[in-house]
Amino acid sequence: MAQSLLQVRDLKVYFPVRTGGVLFGEYTALKAVDGISFDLKSGETLGVVGESGCGKSTLGRAVLQLVPVTAGAVSWLGSDLTQQDKAEIKKCRQELQIVFQDPLASLDPRMTAGDIIAEPLRNYFPQMSSDERKAKVQDIMAKVGLLPAMVNRYPHEFSGGQCQRIGIARAMILRPKLIVCDEPVSALDVSIRAQVINLLMDLQKTFNLSLIFISHDLAVVRHISHRVMVMYLGRVMELAERESLYRTPRHPYTQALLAAVPIPDPDKERAKKRLILTGDPPSPLSPPSGCVFRTRCGKADDTCTSATPVLDAASSGHEVACHHWRNI
Amino acid sequence: MSILDIRNLNVRFATQDGEVSAVNDVSLSLERGECLGIVGESGSGKSQTFMAGMGLLAANGRPTGKVLFDGKNLIGADEDTLNAVRGDRMSMIFQDPMTSLTPHMRVGRQLGEVLIRHRGVSEAEARAQSLTMLKRVQIPEAERRLDMYPHELSGGLRQRVMIAMALMCSPELIIADEPTTALDVTVQAQILDILRDVKERLNTAVILITHDLGVIAGLADRVAVMYAGRIVEVGDVRSIFADPRHPYTRGLLACTPRLDEAGAGLMTTISGQPPNLQRLPSGCSFHPRCAHVTDRCKTERPLLEVVGPSRAKACFVDVKAA
Repeated sequence: MAQSLLQVRDLKVYFPVRTGGVLFGEYTALKAVDGISFDLKSGETLGVVGESGCGKSTLGRAVLQLVPVTAGAVSWLGSDLTQQDKAEIKKCRQELQIVFQDPLASLDPRMTAGDIIAEPLRNYFPQMSSDERKAKVQDIMAKVGLLPAMVNRYPHEFSGGQCQRIGIARAMILRPKLIVCDEPVSALDVSIRAQVINLLMDLQKTFNLSLIFISHDLAVVRHISHRVMVMYLGRVMELAERESLYRTPRHPYTQALLAAVPIPDPDKERAKKRLILTGDPPSPLSPPSGCVFRTRCGKADDTCTSATPVLDAASSGHEVACHHWRNI
Repeated sequence: MSILDIRNLNVRFATQDGEVSAVNDVSLSLERGECLGIVGESGSGKSQTFMAGMGLLAANGRPTGKVLFDGKNLIGADEDTLNAVRGDRMSMIFQDPMTSLTPHMRVGRQLGEVLIRHRGVSEAEARAQSLTMLKRVQIPEAERRLDMYPHELSGGLRQRVMIAMALMCSPELIIADEPTTALDVTVQAQILDILRDVKERLNTAVILITHDLGVIAGLADRVAVMYAGRIVEVGDVRSIFADPRHPYTRGLLACTPRLDEAGAGLMTTISGQPPNLQRLPSGCSFHPRCAHVTDRCKTERPLLEVVGPSRAKACFVDVKAA
């Protein structure tokens, strides 16, 4: 875990959205990702957490250049992906893969498991012999815990957990350096979720993979991540080493988020301090001025309305974007 | 008398590939003002058990057994009998607040409808009571929301409208089927607080169906754990969490990542996958995934047996000793 594979600097993804009528409405920029910077080292897992609509999935897609980037840089091994043409990006994608949330919807229902897993090979190495391809498919299937006999089955014949294993095998077959996991276990049952998490951790160790693990489940993120980024309305609220974030959350939003997660222990859950946020997150089309979290924050004052807080190093490797973190 | 008493309930679905046994010989009872948590993974029968009671099974579903609501059997009851109870004395909160609200009806009318139907009140009176109810579930600017359509509300607000609707006739029983699964965690905490308040202040009995053990821990008085259409363990919430006796309950608790514990290394798992309901394993349905399996488990099905005060489990093995 030394070298920085990925450097994201001031990344912005704005979507034009028509507001106020289909014919005469004007375009407003929906700031899905608004100025995010982070580094990712090889073999490291960065957890990205936040509520729906906070831009965490868009961030993952922007890193892979799957959505148009409005501004900022995504440097992969030193070269800026946002400046490259399609052919160059296609080349890089061998090393950059993604696993999606819905395990069944992300597999072509008319292709067999073997064909799905082999597709990246056909795509990148069309000259590869079918024997070699078969061997590679069998090899990766074994590594993700699928039986060789399953190679000719179709996605609908598999359970959710097995479909997610197929999705992981497809992402792994080109031996990538980075996998963006977009809510990979959210659709799975509790007993299957742990199996898939273990598989990802196992693969990471074996192949020194870097992971961007996007999830709304703070307990799962605590388990798998080395560092964790907390997002709210397209911005980073807090970014820290795992234990530092979970033991000493500095941002009022992180604190509220952690307090809201129910703990599977009746005594602890009923005794714990209630720190309930009121309301819903505001619309990303008209985010609040200053600090985007101020409308739901108990600590907000005039400073928060007028000035946007920037990430401030609270301790080594622990950054927080709040005007008042020293007094919380 | 128990408000709800389920006796030997079975639910079978006829499908093209044969019969699916979704619920198998389930018996449960619930007292007034009590919250019973139902835990299980997808396909465990936790929803269908109560859909059968509400008369809401899909057309190919066939229930047998008894679901006694305040002493009256609802299985096989005609629509009129069911409609007299549903929405009035017992109501349901569904998982997806968008698809369970009528999209072309304003919130106020949807809420008032149940009062007009069951209580025969005037439209003006129904609107006034709807407003009171929206305020009770802490909907901001309640007056304005009455004239909105469901799509104009956020997911959290929609779920609050669902809860308000369920409460309109002050039911004696609320069945909440994954009420917070579609919501963000901060909104989930708000909704659970409202349910807790309803239960404590109005003495409403609540069935809380969920796969989230954390949600159960915060709200339920008793817990029933379901697997492959059967109850495998039932008991008081504290004793279930502190001392799970069934290997499946133990496994579920062990493989749930906890926010209050630093994760280290690999997670505990339950090997294999939930069974196909068309081809249930012989003996105990959990035996192919069980770490404590014996020869007896493979051939003979364990029955739910009392193992202590208000505790029962369906397992031959004493997990503690094993």
